[in-house]
Amino acid sequence: MPEQSIEMQLSSALTDGRSQGISDEISNVVFTLDDLRVFYGDYQAIRGVSLTIAKNEITAFIGPSGCGKSTLLRSFNRMNDLIPGARVEGLLAYHGTDVYGPDVDPIEVRRRIGMVFQKPNVFPKSIYDNVAYGPRVNHIKGNMDDLVEECLTKAALWDEVKDDLKKSAYALSGGQQQRLVIARCIAVRPEVILMDEPCASLDPIATSKIEELMRQLAVEYTIVIVTHNMQQAARVSDRTAFFTAELDEAGVRHGRLIEYGPTRQIFSAPQDKRTEDYISGRFG
Amino acid sequence: MSRPQIAVSAAGGLGSLQQTRSRVGEKLIRAVLVAAAAVSILTTFGIVISVVVPTIEFFSEVSVTDFLFGTVWTPLFADGQFGVLPLVTGTLVITAIAVVVALPLGLGAAVYLSEYASDRSRRVLKPTLELLAGIPTVVFGFFALEFVTQMLLVRIFPDIDIFNALSAGLVMGVMIIPTIASLSEDAMAAVPSGLRDGSYALGSTKRQTAMKVVIPAALSGIVAAFVLGISRAIGETMIVTIAAGLEPNLSLNPLQGMQTMTSYIAAAGSGDLSTGSIEYKSIFAVGFLLFVMTFLMNMVSIRLVRRYRQAYQ
Repeated sequence: MPEQSIEMQLSSALTDGRSQGISDEISNVVFTLDDLRVFYGDYQAIRGVSLTIAKNEITAFIGPSGCGKSTLLRSFNRMNDLIPGARVEGLLAYHGTDVYGPDVDPIEVRRRIGMVFQKPNVFPKSIYDNVAYGPRVNHIKGNMDDLVEECLTKAALWDEVKDDLKKSAYALSGGQQQRLVIARCIAVRPEVILMDEPCASLDPIATSKIEELMRQLAVEYTIVIVTHNMQQAARVSDRTAFFTAELDEAGVRHGRLIEYGPTRQIFSAPQDKRTEDYISGRFG
Repeated sequence: MSRPQIAVSAAGGLGSLQQTRSRVGEKLIRAVLVAAAAVSILTTFGIVISVVVPTIEFFSEVSVTDFLFGTVWTPLFADGQFGVLPLVTGTLVITAIAVVVALPLGLGAAVYLSEYASDRSRRVLKPTLELLAGIPTVVFGFFALEFVTQMLLVRIFPDIDIFNALSAGLVMGVMIIPTIASLSEDAMAAVPSGLRDGSYALGSTKRQTAMKVVIPAALSGIVAAFVLGISRAIGETMIVTIAAGLEPNLSLNPLQGMQTMTSYIAAAGSGDLSTGSIEYKSIFAVGFLLFVMTFLMNMVSIRLVRRYRQAYQ
């Protein structure tokens, strides 16, 4: 790998990837963002973002640190509500309903739109209780044993833990913990899974397992992933949005969307000079 | 120092690698620090010896069985009896009342401060709560006697004794709330915010997150806070001496006056007992029993804390 240029690595990642045959048109829309702006107090972290997210696709948000991609992701399931002073303006519609509408319950939003975080945040409970946590707090009826097995199987973890379900989740490796978090997430039967740099704290082998898992999950779920790793975006995503951080007239830093399209197009024929500079490693 | 110089410097010009300065300051600091640590260790030993010796002498005159299981405590009578059970029940009844008050309120205050309060209110409320811990216990004692008993409890329970276990226990409970709340809050604040995010992201409410994720994750710290609070309650002297009366009373009725182990020690110790008398030695026997009880409780709690740690990490 170190012998190859960044361009070669990316093009081989694209060949392995799944973005062939993805068209510009999005027919089955899950999210519509129109001039979405996120503020922390008076500070505007993200300038107006407009894009649509397609059902059962993997959409990657890439860009340098501080470009607001994680902040944007956390506004999809209203996790930013938990940060004092955070505020969203503009439209973020989920199947046509404004997620920030007056009658919308953020708890219901988070049940439909799950999230996996950068650090595997398993609870200090058994493996079983980690998976069962979401269904229990949401009073989901049914056979819990079956549900736990189903979710751990889907997260490609069942075979490794089926004899240790009562063991503490802290006994698992980092990669296993992250797959447990994914199992925990899908146990509440969400439609969307948001992933905020899910492989940032994992080694390459654990990373490739998670990437393979993401491709399997995309059959059933819609996935939006934030990543620092361009090869990862090229390998796993159908569409890519490139963000960057720029100084405005007043010298204040803010994030903005530069370019959005099928992953193949973003990486092989970027329309914007800034995108091209970033993916060719000249910047960032 | 007196080793022969090897001829390195002559050959290579590296200079001697031997210590050239005596570093007196370093040794002096070390001695001062060792002395500082030794003072508290030696004091502990001194206390144990000064308690154990009269206790052994006491048990040469009173049998251990009569002491532990006797139901009458009249050490100052001519034909004194030394059954410690009335003092033990007095201590346990008052401590139990304090615990019933302080555990739910202390934990509730901690959950509010850690999970619900805004940064601004936490910055005001926590130091205010901790102020409560700085009030001298003698003030709490008079508060229990003058206000809690005579203004409140007599209206609810007309037959209540003026000196009673209930008021002492209630006020003692209020006294240990800050200890429990503040230490529990520290433990909950130390729970990584990623765990809360994980819980909220699964569609949990604030209450579910606090009860099912934050409290279990902070449990070892919360148990430690509880034990520290209970230890303070068992050892507390002033409130019970002032508000609970000085009458040994083998009863579980909190409306009656009771004497605790600590208030017996305080009252008898400040009286004019002659050194070496059996009454005088009984003070040490009671003190020794109190020491054994708190020691056992600390051991149990250390076990508990370890067990939870092992389960979660």
